[in-house]
Amino acid sequence: MFKYFEPNKIFSITSRAPKYVLFLFITILSIGLTEALILSPEDYKQSHSVRIMYVHVPAAWISLGIFSGITFLSIVGYIFKLRNFFLIAKSLAPSGLVFNIIALITGSIWGKPTWGTWWAWDARITSMLILALFYLMYLVAWRIFEDNDKVFKVTSIITILGIINVPIIKYSVDWWNTLHQPASINILSKSSIHISMLFPLLTMTAAFALFSLLIFLMKYNTELIKIKNKGLDRL
Amino acid sequence: MIENLFFMNGYGIYVWSAFSFTLVSFLTLFLIIKNQYIKEKNKFLEKFGSLNSERAAYAKSQSINKEILLNTSNI
Repeated sequence: MFKYFEPNKIFSITSRAPKYVLFLFITILSIGLTEALILSPEDYKQSHSVRIMYVHVPAAWISLGIFSGITFLSIVGYIFKLRNFFLIAKSLAPSGLVFNIIALITGSIWGKPTWGTWWAWDARITSMLILALFYLMYLVAWRIFEDNDKVFKVTSIITILGIINVPIIKYSVDWWNTLHQPASINILSKSSIHISMLFPLLTMTAAFALFSLLIFLMKYNTELIKIKNKGLDRL
Repeated sequence: MIENLFFMNGYGIYVWSAFSFTLVSFLTLFLIIKNQYIKEKNKFLEKFGSLNSERAAYAKSQSINKEILLNTSNI
């Protein structure tokens, strides 16, 4: 099954896909921004500041999703010695880090009008900050180590240690008394968020997911061309 | 309506800064990655151009190299 993920087979797709993904991203983002900033209602308690949720929550979800994906790819890649899986994981990391930073900064901006402070060492915020540090360590490891075996091993260890933090982020609001409210959206049970707010939230999540796909494709193509450049040197 | 969209009952400064920060981050990351891509591609084209005809024919026989040469898009 893994042979279908070989760069030779997928490069013809990944090299052509970015322009279509960019078009789709701009379209969905325009709909999402119109919904989030104009059409969605204000909250009865938080008033218009609730609109920050439409960038803060999708950014947090996607940064968590990308880190989980990177961990999965690193573990499978390490077990089955699949170099391409490490390349995919490496290409996903930059957008994961940026989404993590967006979640932290927009959360801080949202905190001021709602909690009266820009920052608190709250369990959820602190664990998100720790995730950003794991993203940084992961990206720095790729820059520091040149030997493939070493970098595969080190990045796998970083992701395995970092993934322990992901359930802590998710359940921190249930395990500890935090400033954050418990989750409003549940896949298995009824969500407490109204459809008029859920729709823009999901649209923005789709736009953010498309952006991370776009960055992934561009970064992955760059990494493949870098490898081919080394190949030309050897000719 | 326009005034309400900008000021949002006094919350406009927070909402607009959060959205602006997000969009500026997107644009910055996009430009950084695009720049890296263009740099690597130009390096490839330069190296390919310096190959002799025999080596160039061999390099072109590899499907990815052919795709890189064919695909002129910068994104």
